[in-house]
Amino acid sequence: MEGLRGEPTIKPPYPAESGYMGKPTNVNNVETFAAIPVIILKGAKWFSSIGTEKAKGTKVFALAGKINNVGLIEVPMGTTLREVIFEIGGGIRNGKKFKGVQTGGPSGGCLSEKHLDTPIDFDNLISAGSMMGSGAMIVLDEDDCMVSMAKFFLEFTVEESCGKCAPCRIGNKRLHELLGQICEGKGSLDDLDRLKNMSLVIKDTALCGLGQTSPNPVLSMMENYRDEYIAHVTDKKCPAGQCRSLMEYVVNPENCVGCTACARVCPVNAITGERKEIHLINPAICIKCGACMEKCKFDAIFIR
Amino acid sequence: MSHIKIELRKEDVDFIKGVCDSFNKDPQELINVLHACQEHFGYLPAEVQEVVSEHLEVPVAKIYGVVTFYSFFTMTPKGKNPISICLGTACYVRGAEKVLDEFKKELGIQVGQTTKDNKFSLSSLRCVGACGLAPVVLVGDKTYGRVAPDDVKNILKEYE
Amino acid sequence: METIKLTIDNKEIEVPKGTTIYKAAKELGIDIPTLCYMDLHDLNIENKPGGCRICVAEVQGKKNLAPTCSTNCEQGMVVKTHTTRVMNARRTVMEFILSDHPKDCLICAKSGNCDLQDMSHRLGIREIPGAEFAEMSTYRKDTSPSIIRELDKCIMCRRCETMCNDVQTVGALSAVNRGFMSTVAPAFEQNLEYSTCTYCGQCVAVCPTGALTEVNHIPQVLRALADPTKTVVVQTAPAVRAALGEEFGLAPGTLVTGKMTAALRALGFDYVFDTDFAADLTIMEEGTELLDRLSRHLKGDKTAKIPILTSCCPGWVNFFEHYFPDLKDVPSTAKSPQQMFGAIAKSYFAEKIGINRKDMVVVSIMPCLAKKYECQRDEFSVDGNPDVDYSISTRELASFIKQANIDIKTLHDEEFDAPLGESTGAAVIFGATGGVIEAACRTAYELYTGKKLERLEFTELRGMEGVRSAIIDFDGLPLNIGIAHGLGNARKLLDDVRSGKSLFHAIEVMACPGGCIGGGGQPLHHGNSEIIKARATAIYTEDRKKPIRKSHENPFIIKLYNEYLGKPGSEKSHHLLHTHYFDKQKKVIIKK
Repeated sequence: MEGLRGEPTIKPPYPAESGYMGKPTNVNNVETFAAIPVIILKGAKWFSSIGTEKAKGTKVFALAGKINNVGLIEVPMGTTLREVIFEIGGGIRNGKKFKGVQTGGPSGGCLSEKHLDTPIDFDNLISAGSMMGSGAMIVLDEDDCMVSMAKFFLEFTVEESCGKCAPCRIGNKRLHELLGQICEGKGSLDDLDRLKNMSLVIKDTALCGLGQTSPNPVLSMMENYRDEYIAHVTDKKCPAGQCRSLMEYVVNPENCVGCTACARVCPVNAITGERKEIHLINPAICIKCGACMEKCKFDAIFIR
Repeated sequence: MSHIKIELRKEDVDFIKGVCDSFNKDPQELINVLHACQEHFGYLPAEVQEVVSEHLEVPVAKIYGVVTFYSFFTMTPKGKNPISICLGTACYVRGAEKVLDEFKKELGIQVGQTTKDNKFSLSSLRCVGACGLAPVVLVGDKTYGRVAPDDVKNILKEYE
Repeated sequence: METIKLTIDNKEIEVPKGTTIYKAAKELGIDIPTLCYMDLHDLNIENKPGGCRICVAEVQGKKNLAPTCSTNCEQGMVVKTHTTRVMNARRTVMEFILSDHPKDCLICAKSGNCDLQDMSHRLGIREIPGAEFAEMSTYRKDTSPSIIRELDKCIMCRRCETMCNDVQTVGALSAVNRGFMSTVAPAFEQNLEYSTCTYCGQCVAVCPTGALTEVNHIPQVLRALADPTKTVVVQTAPAVRAALGEEFGLAPGTLVTGKMTAALRALGFDYVFDTDFAADLTIMEEGTELLDRLSRHLKGDKTAKIPILTSCCPGWVNFFEHYFPDLKDVPSTAKSPQQMFGAIAKSYFAEKIGINRKDMVVVSIMPCLAKKYECQRDEFSVDGNPDVDYSISTRELASFIKQANIDIKTLHDEEFDAPLGESTGAAVIFGATGGVIEAACRTAYELYTGKKLERLEFTELRGMEGVRSAIIDFDGLPLNIGIAHGLGNARKLLDDVRSGKSLFHAIEVMACPGGCIGGGGQPLHHGNSEIIKARATAIYTEDRKKPIRKSHENPFIIKLYNEYLGKPGSEKSHHLLHTHYFDKQKKVIIKK
């Protein structure tokens, strides 16, 4: 608004002391302003009667992801995740299994099954390794890979980084790259330690709120889904079957009838086999495009 | 890169002057001035930035710094039908990336580019606030919800 | 004044309110490492974007580490600057920075003099984890007549941006793009040559890495020296002798005039001359022009423009050509000493020793990067042969001496060659802000009043304040003198001239803070303004040591006028020693 590049300033001074044009400035979210008229109309007592001891009132969430009912919801503080996801949200789409929920947007964290019964308020989310943040709730199911998700969120941060401070400008880029390496099966256990160290240092040293929270998804996902990260680096497998490099397409000999449809559709000629004989996919040539699996009418091709 | 040649029509220069005047030639209004110029010209070529620089008395390097900082501003003309694919989290988990890939394939361009016939340009953005319709695609002002890769051809057909 | 008590690394200290942790620690003798922070307090220049995040420390009660360069001390604060948490963070951040920096230190112009390299050494970085797959931000390399930009090496400390915008108000550079690809560049990421850059070189002087360096002309000079058909003449600017020693480990402010002369001779230059000679000549021409304009002005001649502005500084000349072309008839038409020297060397002196100007190579040693551009200007050449062939910086000379395996410290002092090596104290002080106008006053006073000047040192014209003014009594005529160093300060005086508010009769402008001693080609000060002050002291010491301290008393100058030029302002003088200026303002061409 001052005709400059949108770079963060050093705080203090905070906007309340010196903000727009050097004057004290009140910065609030739309949601805060939206809550004010009802509070004025119905009184503070009424508002604080809703919610929990420490967090009064209601909270709006944007419910989305692999869930049946998506949209904006307003619930009293202290509602549990289970109520939000399975009652209001109507459970997971296509009968899949619940895996986690990213709260607070790309700066927040991902909570797992064990947090489902935690009452939602500011403190509880932070102690669970996430935050209220934007109020977004993205529900993830069993098909979502937690390394890929962390990488996706980092992609957002890398794009949004203003470039002013080194940890955010370069650090997040490196986090993103390392997650990419892990997705491709090129990571090691040592890399997981590095991932954690880099994340903690970025949080500790970044100039503004973006950098100070950007590693949250990585940290919470590594904490809550550690097995999945280890599977990527030690077994070179992606349990959710999302990381293309770690997939292997194989022919199930019991179902294959030798129709040659798959061999004909393969763009790199990785599939061999005579007509009416069982076909074979050469993993060294296969580019994991999935065309063969789509084409097969006999469910004879699966991912291992 | 060669020296940028500055050539604008007189009415264009007058328009920019007018915009600057309407904001009292206040350098703090730079972003509003640029918004108005982009609205008018469709993009912000170097020449336009030079004129703004002259009238707001802001170094043109600073203006370029602002233009390249905000993704909203562009220095390349957009296509007649700008296509934006939402890559917010909700759209992403519902397969927006595959939709984007399909657009790239169909149009033969990358994100940030415009087709040779100037008909379409492609961009990605982060959350349009319609997560309930994920994945979401915008063409101009029109919104398409729950887009699957198979729908891409039909969407493009509407603008042929 | 309100003070604040705090504890840093278990030591208590009391500081004035508003002091940063970084400065408080410095008072305790704790030198917190930093890459972006820069404080030239004598010149009122501070750069603290808080961007490198190397200077972080632990502050009790704060969740995150605090950047000490930009965090103010608070009452009762407990700061720890080297806990394991801090050390680990510093190392990791440094690894991040190095992961996006080329590793070609072997052939980098800044090698051995690089803040980033030093920091890497200081923090003991021996490997950069993940470097094998780390993408680097890369940009087009840009070479201008004076400055090379290699932004792959930029670490976004923003010092150059501060110098170019806040200090110099040139506005050629700005942060551009965002995130990983952000860097500092001219508009549209064009070459510097097409921007409003004045080549003052202050960006180069403060760059902590090899991202901004000077164009290296040593190979060309070496080739000329090795060519037996060429007579190679060298001239050295006044500010060089006050700073060259620093490159050889001597204390800032050590004068090395005699040793520098010996080293130049040892390098094989055929004639070792002094730009100071030409500085005396400048005073003769500029002083005469001043008196002429002044007396016409006093007689009511409206065409006589007052104030007269000095024109020795090529960065300054570029500045007014870009920003004040409407005032281009206000500065003195006298060429800079570098160009006067070249013009005289390739005419008067070439004739004297009986060689063709094409067989003479004139090299200048300058504290300045704009001089490289100046000597390439078309108007300073005859039939394509430039008056000054190559201009090399103080830093380049130091490197050249080291390449030749010459130990400057063991050399015996030697004298400049005659005739273009003789100079006065007035010429020496050209190197410091206020010096040119002081030298001009010494001569103009005697020429105007016809009386002998009793007090030679106009101390009221000296100092480090950005804009200074003084009234000099010319025997009843009060002469209003204005001085500005740093182009931002010059702009203030120029705005007044443009609006007609200026009351000055004469104004001296130097583009660089401190004058030539703080030039873009000098040994790097690494943000220590004490160094610039020490150089100024050295300059004034040299002046006091000179037997002759007024330009018009230089016997070789008198001889030059007698034998060759006639008198100051003569037709021949005008032809050889004066120039004209151009309108370089970027104009929007309107299509018909």
